[in-house]
Amino acid sequence: MSEPARFAPWEDPDAKPLIRFRGVTKRFGTFTAIDGIDLDIFESEFFALLGPSGCGKTTLMRILAGFEDPTEGSILLDGNDLAGAPPNKRSTNMMFQSYALFPHLSVFDNIAFGLRRDRLPAGEVRARTEEMMALVKLQDLTDRRPHQISGGQRQRVALARALAKAPRLLLLDEPLGALDKKLRRETQFELMDIQERTGTTFVIVTHDQEEAMTVATRVAVMDHGRIAQVADPTGIYEAPNSTYVADFIGDVNIMKGRATPADGTVSIEWAEGQPALRCATELRLEKGVTAFIAIRPEKVSISSRRPGNSPNAVAGRVLDIAYLGNVSTYHVEIAGGQVIKAQTANTDRVARQEFTWEENVWLYWSETAGIVLER
Amino acid sequence: MRRFGWFNATSLTLGLAFLYLPVVILVIYSFNASKLVTVWAGFSTKWYGELFRNEAFLDAAWVTLKVAFLSSTLATALGTMAAHVLVRAGRFPGRTLFSGVIYAPLVMPEVITGLSLLLLFIGIGLDRGVLTIVLAHTTFSMCYVSVVVSSRLVTFDRSLEEAALDLGCTPFDAFRLVTLPIIAPAVVSGWLLAFTLSLDDLVIASFTSGPSATTLPIKIFSSVRLGVSPEINALSTILIAIVSIGVIAASLASKRSAIRGQRDRRSAVRVP
Repeated sequence: MSEPARFAPWEDPDAKPLIRFRGVTKRFGTFTAIDGIDLDIFESEFFALLGPSGCGKTTLMRILAGFEDPTEGSILLDGNDLAGAPPNKRSTNMMFQSYALFPHLSVFDNIAFGLRRDRLPAGEVRARTEEMMALVKLQDLTDRRPHQISGGQRQRVALARALAKAPRLLLLDEPLGALDKKLRRETQFELMDIQERTGTTFVIVTHDQEEAMTVATRVAVMDHGRIAQVADPTGIYEAPNSTYVADFIGDVNIMKGRATPADGTVSIEWAEGQPALRCATELRLEKGVTAFIAIRPEKVSISSRRPGNSPNAVAGRVLDIAYLGNVSTYHVEIAGGQVIKAQTANTDRVARQEFTWEENVWLYWSETAGIVLER
Repeated sequence: MRRFGWFNATSLTLGLAFLYLPVVILVIYSFNASKLVTVWAGFSTKWYGELFRNEAFLDAAWVTLKVAFLSSTLATALGTMAAHVLVRAGRFPGRTLFSGVIYAPLVMPEVITGLSLLLLFIGIGLDRGVLTIVLAHTTFSMCYVSVVVSSRLVTFDRSLEEAALDLGCTPFDAFRLVTLPIIAPAVVSGWLLAFTLSLDDLVIASFTSGPSATTLPIKIFSSVRLGVSPEINALSTILIAIVSIGVIAASLASKRSAIRGQRDRRSAVRVP
């Protein structure tokens, strides 16, 4: 794990975190928005807080920015407790979901706003503002008011304004939520590029898992004010620690059954009269406990004949076919009525759609295709 | 472009006539040579001359303007602050009571407001004069300002203020540099409303004015009881002119400052 090129300070026990949450809890009346969060975020990370609406991710960000105070616990920035520091005394800046551009100021004045509050000399303000405008490619819009530019341009002004003061930590609240899908994709890569060039630590809040996976070095999946899992995008996708995380990120088939451990594998009895499913795992499960297997659709193969030597093979009937161009997803009903999704890549233009509705097929996958989960 | 049909033209004419015909008649008769108000006897400006020799009217006019300016300015400051607290501070103990107390003068009969203020001024031994009228007018016009400003603040995007704080503003700076410029039109119209209310007020002023200071409405009202004189018409015409000039100047000034602001920004960027 010690390749020099890989950026993974969270694996280094000696690394000092830029931000450290310690038992942070936030209650609004009787409602607990944030429930005892411990979390370290490191310098130059692009950290994503991901979760459905109401999971507390925005509250967590607002606590970082200083708009809310935690009810319990503390937050350290560079080892200093942030408690009681108002937003204007923190070296964090925020890019708002609504962008919050000042409508009475030009693009230039919006970006220069924070610099002027620091009472920098006019020349320095101008130089830094122009540098920021070049960074987000807005040089031609100096005099425009926010209402005179497009949504994508407004998004850039908001980013430039938040970056202008060179914050230790940049907070982005659903920064791309208002953009259409195509522009959002492009902007994601620009965001990563800008993050790399400035070396600023970014914390992004999003409910879009694809966005989080694309931009982030690490993703924290949140659920009801708690952090369900923190890992890099591969870890979140391939090694979720719970069915909640597996289900939240991407598409997944989850099969429930009783476990019988063997050496390095587990057999899961999932239905009467059906052969148990075998799955490699490092978990030590008691015999007979309830366990789940989570398998991504692209790891399930589909065949019209019974596969010869696959450890896991299940017979079923095609219910639905979703043709998406690049891939096709087959919805296959198996014993007990559960529907399993199997995805095939359409690698050839002509040879595709081998199966049709109501056809009896076999689904099969390897021992390492799925992951065994306890909850 | 839509056609300006006969229906629209008629509506506009009738509407304007309804609003301004009495005023126009008053202005015309102020240039009447006759002493009888309703009989036209040729053009003359002599009543204006008479008016400017009438010390009592001039004093009253001066007091009225002074009172209107001071009370509307005070009411705008207080009313804007109250609106900001009501809309921004969220829930705090006594919020409902506070908003009720602020808006009560809207529905309170003027006679009661006037009487209670009179009792207060007597109670604390404040001599009735310009100061007491200013205080009284501030009291009742502040709630109008507060209503106008808070209706603007309700639709104001809170994250703008948060962005200002985030970029290094103190709460006061955020209000001064971001909130106030954006809600300025509402604040200005609140001020104009307060100014007009104060110019116009007869009841409260008659309770709180003293022998040392009489406002124009009181003066006009008391002299009209002895019969309408052409002087009053002249005086009213001047008042109308002052108010019109004030409103036009205010709108021109705000337009010009917007244009100048744009030019300043442009030069600030272009000059190396």
